[in-house]
Amino acid sequence: MKNLISMRDVNTQDILKLIDLAEKIETKKCKPDMSGKLAALLFFEPSTRTHFSFETAVKKLGGNSFSMSGTGSTSVKKGETLSDTLMTISMYADIIVMRHVIEGSARFASEIVNIPVINAGDGTNQHPSQAMLDLYSIKKTQNTLSNLTVGMVGDLRLGRTVHSLAQALSDFNPTFYFASPKHLQMPKYIKDDLDERNIKYEEIEDIKEVMSELDIMYVTRIQKERFAVLEDYEKVKDSYIITKKLLEGVKSNFKVLHPLPRVNEITKEVDDTEFAYYFQQARNGVFMRQAIITEILKLKY
Amino acid sequence: MNKEKLKVDPIKNGTVIDHIIAGKALQVAEILNIGNSDNEIMLGLNLLSRKMGKKDIIKIENREITKQEANSIALISPTATLIIINEYKVIKKFGIVIPKKIKNHIVCPNSNCITNIEQVKTKFELAGNNPIEVRCFYCEKKYYIEEVKFSF
Ligand SMILES: [Zn+2]
Repeated sequence: MKNLISMRDVNTQDILKLIDLAEKIETKKCKPDMSGKLAALLFFEPSTRTHFSFETAVKKLGGNSFSMSGTGSTSVKKGETLSDTLMTISMYADIIVMRHVIEGSARFASEIVNIPVINAGDGTNQHPSQAMLDLYSIKKTQNTLSNLTVGMVGDLRLGRTVHSLAQALSDFNPTFYFASPKHLQMPKYIKDDLDERNIKYEEIEDIKEVMSELDIMYVTRIQKERFAVLEDYEKVKDSYIITKKLLEGVKSNFKVLHPLPRVNEITKEVDDTEFAYYFQQARNGVFMRQAIITEILKLKY
Repeated sequence: MNKEKLKVDPIKNGTVIDHIIAGKALQVAEILNIGNSDNEIMLGLNLLSRKMGKKDIIKIENREITKQEANSIALISPTATLIIINEYKVIKKFGIVIPKKIKNHIVCPNSNCITNIEQVKTKFELAGNNPIEVRCFYCEKKYYIEEVKFSF
């Protein structure tokens, strides 16, 4: 693996290898060494959590990093092209981790610089390290990635994490339930991909009816701003809030995942149940990002 | 040559693009940038065809359409066949292969795509055959061929 730009480029073997490596790093069976290497964390679009997660991963590997968050204080604001910014930074750093609102920006970056690029989110397109940490979390809680029944709940139209995850899980014979308001359903191009691969999925409006079948429920936030009419939002918002009561009768291996930050879509009382896994999921992110950097920089371990 | 074609005068040297899906000839002409040349052009629209019901034909004097150019027509009308004429004789005849990758000719409809912001040539891949769909290599969005614009 030279870069990590899109889950489209990541095959099953890569997935299993990265999960294995993350596991080894977490259980201290190996300790990759990034000393003497410098990571440029370029968050043209700020994202506190992903930024901190990568920064922590670099530190834990013994590497160094420098950061940019937003474009306010940089030459980008003065009208420098993205390619000039990236070229300059590639003269200093050994690896670029970048988030940008423009779709395809990370792919573009990987074509113009001579150092590896990790896509930490490009607009509504991809966020592969999130998909990888989600897979790692699923593997850890279910002991397998294969033959799982996964419910995805919330804004499935614009949530890129659910898109990447659906694509990534397709290699492992999943059954999907997609629960969302009508106008926030999984986009056609994702469903086309699933159809092409004969993946079983069903679009439902209420997750309640399938709770007892689920191994994993992946929750995303429904943003008020996505509704043209506030009344429409008021009408549906409660159907997509995960409460303790909803979890009655779920399977014992069942877990709730969420990419965070959450607002109100999972009530606080759920945190104390054995089914809540979103904070551990965030912790898994650091191990997975250590694994990704290790693999891409070909660090010794 | 069958009788259908006689409805449009034969040409001496050049290319006949036959079996264009009815209604697509003007778009094909635009892609091949035919309007901006001095070449003599004949357009046949909605001609009866035994094979297709209705079809369009374009005849271009003194220009040989290349395979690469033909491939760009493929996205609009995969049914098209090309006939290269020299001294009123058919010297080459070929169908069209829909290319798996299309470089530089499709404009990505996504205004938030890097190809519309930085100076970068577009790359698309064929993502569906029936109907024809293409996917942007950069923003990864998928479009029906009718949704995209071309530039040559
Ligand atoms: Zn694009």
